[in-house]
Amino acid sequence: MINVTINSQKIQVPEGSSILQAARQIGVTIPTLCNLEKREAIGACRVCLVEVEGARTLQAACSTPVHEGIIVRTNSTLARAARRQVLEMLLSEHDGNCPTCDRSLDCELRALADEMGVSRVPFEGLRAKRHIDDSTPALVRDNSKCIKCRRCVTVCGEVQGVGALFPQGRGFQTVIGPAFMRDLDGVACVQCGQCAAICPVGAIVEKSCIPEVWKAIENPKLHVIVQTAPAIRAALGEAFGYEPGTRVTGKMAAALRRLGFDGVFDTNFTADLTILEEGTELLTRLKTALVDKQPVALPLFTSCSPGWINFAEFYFPQFLPNISTCKSPQQMFGAVAKSYYAQKIGRKPEEIVVVSVMPCTAKKFEAQRPEMNVNGVRDVDFVLTTRELARMIREAGIDFNALPDEQMDAPLGLSSGAADIFANTGGVMEAALRTAYEIVTGRELPVANLHVTAIAGLGGVKEAALTITGTKPEWSFLEGVELKVAVSHGLGNTRRLLEHIKAHGSPYHFIEVMTCPGGCIGGGGQPRFTDDSVRLKRIAAIYSEDESKKMRKSHENPDVQTLYKEFLVKPLGEKSHHLLHTHYKHKAK
Amino acid sequence: MTSLSVTAAPCSCACSCEPSEAELFARLDEVINDYHEKPGGLIPALQTAQSIFGYLPETVIRRIADGFGKTVSEVAGVVTFYSFFTLHPRGKNLVRVCLGTACYVRGGKEVLDAFRKKLEIDVGETTPDRQFSLEVGRCFGACGMAPVVMVNETVYQRVKPARVGEMVNQIMAGAAVAGEKEHA
Repeated sequence: MINVTINSQKIQVPEGSSILQAARQIGVTIPTLCNLEKREAIGACRVCLVEVEGARTLQAACSTPVHEGIIVRTNSTLARAARRQVLEMLLSEHDGNCPTCDRSLDCELRALADEMGVSRVPFEGLRAKRHIDDSTPALVRDNSKCIKCRRCVTVCGEVQGVGALFPQGRGFQTVIGPAFMRDLDGVACVQCGQCAAICPVGAIVEKSCIPEVWKAIENPKLHVIVQTAPAIRAALGEAFGYEPGTRVTGKMAAALRRLGFDGVFDTNFTADLTILEEGTELLTRLKTALVDKQPVALPLFTSCSPGWINFAEFYFPQFLPNISTCKSPQQMFGAVAKSYYAQKIGRKPEEIVVVSVMPCTAKKFEAQRPEMNVNGVRDVDFVLTTRELARMIREAGIDFNALPDEQMDAPLGLSSGAADIFANTGGVMEAALRTAYEIVTGRELPVANLHVTAIAGLGGVKEAALTITGTKPEWSFLEGVELKVAVSHGLGNTRRLLEHIKAHGSPYHFIEVMTCPGGCIGGGGQPRFTDDSVRLKRIAAIYSEDESKKMRKSHENPDVQTLYKEFLVKPLGEKSHHLLHTHYKHKAK
Repeated sequence: MTSLSVTAAPCSCACSCEPSEAELFARLDEVINDYHEKPGGLIPALQTAQSIFGYLPETVIRRIADGFGKTVSEVAGVVTFYSFFTLHPRGKNLVRVCLGTACYVRGGKEVLDAFRKKLEIDVGETTPDRQFSLEVGRCFGACGMAPVVMVNETVYQRVKPARVGEMVNQIMAGAAVAGEKEHA
């Protein structure tokens, strides 16, 4: 341990700690616009300058390690003045059109300027020539707002292993962006939106479709319904001042009804449906391998996460045959709504508008994939992020905190606890195991409280093994088989897992991949700012939502059973194939 | 190392023909092979690649990125950071006017403007006859001789704007330029 004095307070901190980390231990906040937890400090933004006794100049607290006997002053006049000046210089280059900026309410630069008491910008700085990149359905980049902190470079390259963004050029001319000054649609960006989630300013945001949604709601000829992903209920409250991890499922349903949607439904419903389709697909592939002894693509990978699909199509085409052909729950919902539900309410598919609320920006891309339609009618028309929904609720003047708890509508609103946990890393796998094990053995998954703890939590790549015994006669080929599964979240972890499988083969039968760290609860469309402590709180909220339900297995969902009885007939049947399944293709990098 | 401004080194068959693209890429692959595991190997690999191709086109940058296990955005970022590298073919003669601090205060900007006017091109551009490209340098390490201009491998010191027209004419004529100069 190292003896450190910060603002006359003596503490001991582990060797290798930065001044920033040491200060946090005693509740001293040093501002930063570039630092990210668990990532090497790069000292790019310079707003964490502090005074270190004996040092010739002020030091960046994030990238200066403490040494024995170091004496630091974080709030001296000199340090405060220097930080304010750095901030003034950042502001002089920044397109500060705050009232019209997407980030007007949660901009870190603006908040810091307020904290530092910046009342005017004394420099008339040059501004970067504005270029708006709205080339993708998911994201909008505006380089005139960029403060070149490089958080997006870190998250895209190191966390996601994609590396679409990097500083191009030099000095004032630097643009943080794709190679050759291309727009995002010209490079292998998976559109996960982790850049938009960590950008301190409004330089990268989601492409909003709020106006289109209002227009649809206000068109009396259209029947506009909404679905909400499982991860929304554990995060939407944060936009209205609730603690991270507060479940707001009931208030969310009430808000959506007050926004004027004609049906308030749940992506959870089709998450349950996904388990029946994907679980059957897994068991069918295992039967082909073990009984028919035919070549078949194993391990099976989950297909719920559209950033992961993009990633595989760009970087790992050899694994495309291994990815489940199931459309994601979002797309399944749209396909079921515009067929089964349309019939039930006696409307043409063209008259139904499906709006999704997703924790995700890649879902905006997914909804626009050309193959995501049934007979030429798009499965999903508009995708809102969690943040956009919060904006609409505020815009409509709804007092969210005062709303009563309401229920989702029937018939696409009922779901099991297994569907809720789709939001968490490891959740899709756990939900699949709950159902597959019971189908094969007739008994409940033999783990405490139905949780497979080995694959839960924030470990990068997790694995579990389960020996199947006491099978039903028709599944006797699985008797004694040790089912091996793996779970990864964050595409950097996923890249490591896939490279390992490429080199050494796969011991696994089934692998869950979620694009974003923590799973969908940490998605690129969630309220800011998401760090590990927030991720863990949202994860806990989702598990408690699951545990609060009597029905915790997808195959027990009576409305999904009715859907099969009245319409789909059976999992992987002809109707399912037509409506609920898709294909993938290699995309050039 | 070969001259900075060559468009391509001659092929190995002792004839005067230009090497084929396949031959150039074969040489690039050797360079990648030599450098990809060396710490700090990216920049020398890019320098050598630029001497092979005359510039760094996207196909070359992609090949190097793949070979080094780096992203295209990162390698392109390095290429665009250093003024030495160019994404576009250069003319026969590369004029680089230093705008490092010493040269700037001793009138480098005026020298640059004189080249702009004489060659009728802007920084980063090449004359239509492909004779000249104009670029800005950031310190050649010859601050005592400021303002400095490099034409290909030759350093011209204490350049005056009024002399620029004459310099260009003499380079065009293939004649040695009178005045103070040193070989780099």
